[in-house]
Amino acid sequence: MTTTQLPPNPGRRVAAPAPAAPPSKPHRRPRYLREQLSGWAMIAPAAALLLLFVFLPAILGFGLAFTNARLVSPRPVEFVGTDNFVRLFTDPTFWRALLNVSYFAVVVVPVQSGLALAMALLINKKFRGVNFFRTLYFLPVVTSMVVVSLLWLFMYRKDGLINEFLSAASFGLIDGPDWLNDPATAMPAIIILSIWQAAGFHMIIWLAGLQSISGELYEAAQLDGASRWHQFRYVTWPGLKHTRTLIMVTITIQALGLFDQVSVMTQGGPLDSTTTIIFEAVRSGFKQQETSYASAISLVFFVLVLLISAVQRYLTREKD
Amino acid sequence: MNKKLTRILATSIAAAALTSALAGCGKGSSSATTEGSTEITMWTHAAGNPAELAATQSIVDSYNKSSGAKAQIKVQAFPQESYNDSVVGAASAGNLPCIVDIDGPNVPNWAWAEYLTPLKLSADLSKNLPSTVATWEGETYAVGYGDVALSMFARKSDLAEAGIRAATIEKPWTKEEFQDALTKLKALGKWDYPLDMGTAGTGEWLPYAYSPFLQSFGGDLIDREDYQSADGALNGDNAVEWAKWFRGLADQGFMATKSGKDSTQDFLNNKSGLLYTGSWAGDKARETLGDELVVMPTVDLGNGPKIGGASWQWGVTSGCNNTDAAMDYLSYSLKPENVAAVIKATGGIPATDEAAALIPAFAEGGANRIFMEFSREYAVLRPETPAYPFIATEYGKAVQDILAGADPKAALDKAVKAIDANIKSNGGYKS
Repeated sequence: MTTTQLPPNPGRRVAAPAPAAPPSKPHRRPRYLREQLSGWAMIAPAAALLLLFVFLPAILGFGLAFTNARLVSPRPVEFVGTDNFVRLFTDPTFWRALLNVSYFAVVVVPVQSGLALAMALLINKKFRGVNFFRTLYFLPVVTSMVVVSLLWLFMYRKDGLINEFLSAASFGLIDGPDWLNDPATAMPAIIILSIWQAAGFHMIIWLAGLQSISGELYEAAQLDGASRWHQFRYVTWPGLKHTRTLIMVTITIQALGLFDQVSVMTQGGPLDSTTTIIFEAVRSGFKQQETSYASAISLVFFVLVLLISAVQRYLTREKD
Repeated sequence: MNKKLTRILATSIAAAALTSALAGCGKGSSSATTEGSTEITMWTHAAGNPAELAATQSIVDSYNKSSGAKAQIKVQAFPQESYNDSVVGAASAGNLPCIVDIDGPNVPNWAWAEYLTPLKLSADLSKNLPSTVATWEGETYAVGYGDVALSMFARKSDLAEAGIRAATIEKPWTKEEFQDALTKLKALGKWDYPLDMGTAGTGEWLPYAYSPFLQSFGGDLIDREDYQSADGALNGDNAVEWAKWFRGLADQGFMATKSGKDSTQDFLNNKSGLLYTGSWAGDKARETLGDELVVMPTVDLGNGPKIGGASWQWGVTSGCNNTDAAMDYLSYSLKPENVAAVIKATGGIPATDEAAALIPAFAEGGANRIFMEFSREYAVLRPETPAYPFIATEYGKAVQDILAGADPKAALDKAVKAIDANIKSNGGYKS
């Protein structure tokens, strides 16, 4: 039992190739098993909860997508094959939702990550009050999206803060639109608010990435006479490779799952201009009681996210 | 090694405790309905309305204290937004309480789903306002203490200034008169939009408020012959006429496509001249405007003025194991003095004349008596079919799309197609 004092890894590595190994073997086995056991025991609570509340419902959902299950119904559930998917792919609202989500993602992913990077670069300096700005930029993130949406709902009104501001700033020349009630401006309005709310979070991740880049690299670059732009281009940008991948993947998934803002502010309107895949799933599943159809939408959404993540993963892989 | 062993033990105990706690939760809540023959639970949506909740609670208290009480009633209140979800969730888990309150148009859906059991009350419902008794397939499933009625509010001085006669039950405004009135009111130049129809409303407000106009045009949400199809009713010529008329009100600048958050308050602040709202706003408006307030019936668009019928009602669930006590409580709660107490708190219209006699505003000659007449004369129940919740979402979306400028015929056709597909996939919602 004295061997337990040794760190486990070096011990094993040394023991394996050594010819005098046999005597240590009977000691090692039970210890290895014990570690395994305690490892499993550690995972168990989280794994059990994850299985019960994430994987099991997901698998059930996939099954339900091929039935005619209802939220409220005395009728027995029947297998209907791919009926729900046929209906889904012929529904113009679904395609509109897909288009809206793509529009949202295509704008939000670059703009939000770019803005977050700019903010991170600004506050990655040592000056008086830097923590104040860090807090300020991060503040919207800790505010619930529902609360943020409600506040912006009032700001976006025809006679709301934003239009009043536009009017005052342009000396009455600009008569702002009824942001959320116009199919042309509803989605841009939601995009602006979403970026404002979430950029702070990604700023923190960028900041962590920036601080992991060694200061020596910048010193060396300065000695070589590199300009600030060149420093950014050839030191900072390559140094942020992994952070970049992480941020891109997380923002993309977040953007595809757009729901809260739409549910609070526009309910998918006007004229389906802000509806999203998740919003359609919730509307079908709860408001319209069509559990099976909502499951089909969720299944399609799942496959979509999986595909997009896989493509991103492939594009950002280590090219050795 | 001892340390590790204790760690493993600790985690396994924690895990075991967690699982048993979870299992315990499930058991705990399910036993609430299976036992408790002496205590039964009642759910209400009134958590956000303290006055209504207090009135309900005081009826329950007086029943619990009465010598004839067959069980002790326990009230659990939910916020209205999540109430239906809570009931549906509880029903799928088999945990429904004995007594639930239900929004009237949902009764057939819940009866069809076998959530509700037919009522067997000692109270006589034959003299109730018809819209306060919910029946489906010949059985009564729910009963309400009262109803609400839609109406038009205006100021006397505005009508006089514009030279418009006030509409009355004997002679409501026709479509042409309404058009004329709006033109004249707009010409006064007092408001951005003379009419406020509450177009910012969502959810059940949309079918509740606007399907009566559709019905007055001669359309409907569904063909009420056999409740199997909306084709012709919701997308026929009359329905398209309705949609064009409704959209036209916005196009002519008479109303906003999205009104303010609180239409009543906007009217009282003189931001609109004509308000389309329910009887619940009556007391508040009278308090502010006094005799200036004119309460008028809604517009006759061809088939007489129509308003939506049925408000929140009470039913007994089929899983209740003390149905006898639940029915007994409901009968007790329908006594005129109890009905009057709740109605005073909610600002509704009492279900019976006996209850009305106890509320001065609703007694003969009272200020609110007119709402009771609206309800008797104009109320049309929303289609009594289990398909209603689905129809309501599709119609609500069509209304919003039409207001946003969609082609009326296309928007209505889309709703009809979805409704018919839904009815068909549910086997016609036959019991």
